[in-house]
Amino acid sequence: MMTAEAQAPIENMQNLEMLRVQDLHAFYGESHILHGVNFDVKRGELVTLLGRNGAGRSTTLKSIMNMVGRRTGSIVINGNETLTMKPHHIPRLGVGYCPEERGIFASLDVHENLLLPPTVRSGGMSLDEIYAMFPNLYERRRSQGTRLSGGEQQMLAMARILRTGARMLLLDEITEGLAPVIVQKLAEVLVQLKERGMTIVLVEQNFRFAAPLADRHFVMDHGQIVEEISAAQLPSRREHLNSMLGV
Amino acid sequence: MTMIFGVPLAVFMGQLTLGLVNGAFYALLSLGLAVIFGLLKIVNFAHGAQYMLGAFAALLGFRYLGINYWLALLLVPLVVGAFGVLLERFLLRRIAHLDHLYGLLLTFGLALIFEGTLVNFFGVSGARYATPEILQGGLNLGFMFLPTYRAWVLVAALAMCLFTWFMIERTRLGAYLRAGTENSQLMQAFGVNVPLLITLTYGFGVALAAFAGVLAAPLYPVSPTMGSSLLIVVFAVVVIGGMGSILGAIITGLAMGIIEGLTKVYYPEASNTVIFFVMIVVLMLRPVGLFGKEA
Repeated sequence: MMTAEAQAPIENMQNLEMLRVQDLHAFYGESHILHGVNFDVKRGELVTLLGRNGAGRSTTLKSIMNMVGRRTGSIVINGNETLTMKPHHIPRLGVGYCPEERGIFASLDVHENLLLPPTVRSGGMSLDEIYAMFPNLYERRRSQGTRLSGGEQQMLAMARILRTGARMLLLDEITEGLAPVIVQKLAEVLVQLKERGMTIVLVEQNFRFAAPLADRHFVMDHGQIVEEISAAQLPSRREHLNSMLGV
Repeated sequence: MTMIFGVPLAVFMGQLTLGLVNGAFYALLSLGLAVIFGLLKIVNFAHGAQYMLGAFAALLGFRYLGINYWLALLLVPLVVGAFGVLLERFLLRRIAHLDHLYGLLLTFGLALIFEGTLVNFFGVSGARYATPEILQGGLNLGFMFLPTYRAWVLVAALAMCLFTWFMIERTRLGAYLRAGTENSQLMQAFGVNVPLLITLTYGFGVALAAFAGVLAAPLYPVSPTMGSSLLIVVFAVVVIGGMGSILGAIITGLAMGIIEGLTKVYYPEASNTVIFFVMIVVLMLRPVGLFGKEA
């Protein structure tokens, strides 16, 4: 008699989970960068990976995208084990990746950059919606991608993965080097994306930007997650966190 | 008689046309080299041999299968291009993770194998491939006599160059190619099957060389070594133009053909070396090439 009723919550749990990383080790050639990373992200959640430079946050995102040399452990995206998947199959599970260096293509204009990533799922934002969210990009759609200002390039790097139908976004240091007014705009964008039900993993240096947005924070050090802090716990842990991050 | 700088107009125009036709071949071949180098970062030393294979495939196809010129122009690039796909898939891909110099060595070795094998069977003297009937003869333009086949080669080669330019600069597939040239890892992270893109790109570059080979078959003796001598000049053209732009490869190819042709008129002794002089000057003044992007 227990079958249906007992299984339902388990299935629900699985449905809720967008990403589960277990005992993830990653290597670039001989160097061992990640030493057993464990964390999970629920559907619609916004989590951050905090930590000092070199703690392994960017490498964690790259490992999820299969962009590092070698990986062991387990990375389950939307119920699919991806450790043995080819790199170009991973985005098709509904994952959008925004690299730290932004990766805007110089040989493509803004419009081409925006249209470049193939659609991976239905339900992505339309071009009109994207241009409404980022009016600057519309004005400069015929400019060479790398002629944009840093802030505009960051908008473009974000905008182009919203078109693809990705349901989980991996965003690497999106506020780095940008003016406060742009950072504010990015925060508004993230709030809108969260309202649309997007799952977001944010690697961030700017804790003041990340703190009000995130549901949970994972602190990384030496290639491991050393602490998990929920939004509710944050006020009491703030000083502790500041000392850990060396802010 | 009309004279241009002391040379009869007919002679001048004749060499100009000859130069343009040669330039069209330079353009087609350097275009293929540039496309392959862009994405694979490999200097395809087999390019001359693949051009030669195109000419040979047309010749043998006609001799043994009765395939006419027009059909050859369509089929040979497909067949030789498919052969290129196999080379990439089973040889080049295996060494893609190594220093790109290994790719250069591998393709150089392949070129020697193709040439050697064909020399073994057909010798080096070369065979004639008949010009298709409709393109025989010429047009008397009043100031010069224009052989119809050369005019056709110029039109066909330029049309193919423009087609390639359009495909790369104006289509979605071309945008993948351009973006992959800049950052192929990020393209994978967007879900683009980059290994497939690389295979197709190599096949396309090889098909361009084979297309040039078929065009060349009625003009030059079809011999196993016809590609290697041409390739050296094409490399010089690529160095002059720089690897940066598709249009640059086309323009430089044509320009170098014209310069070579005009040198034949005014100082024939230097006509074989003039392109290399230009290359030296360009390397000294602008090492990335005329259309290359500054690193």
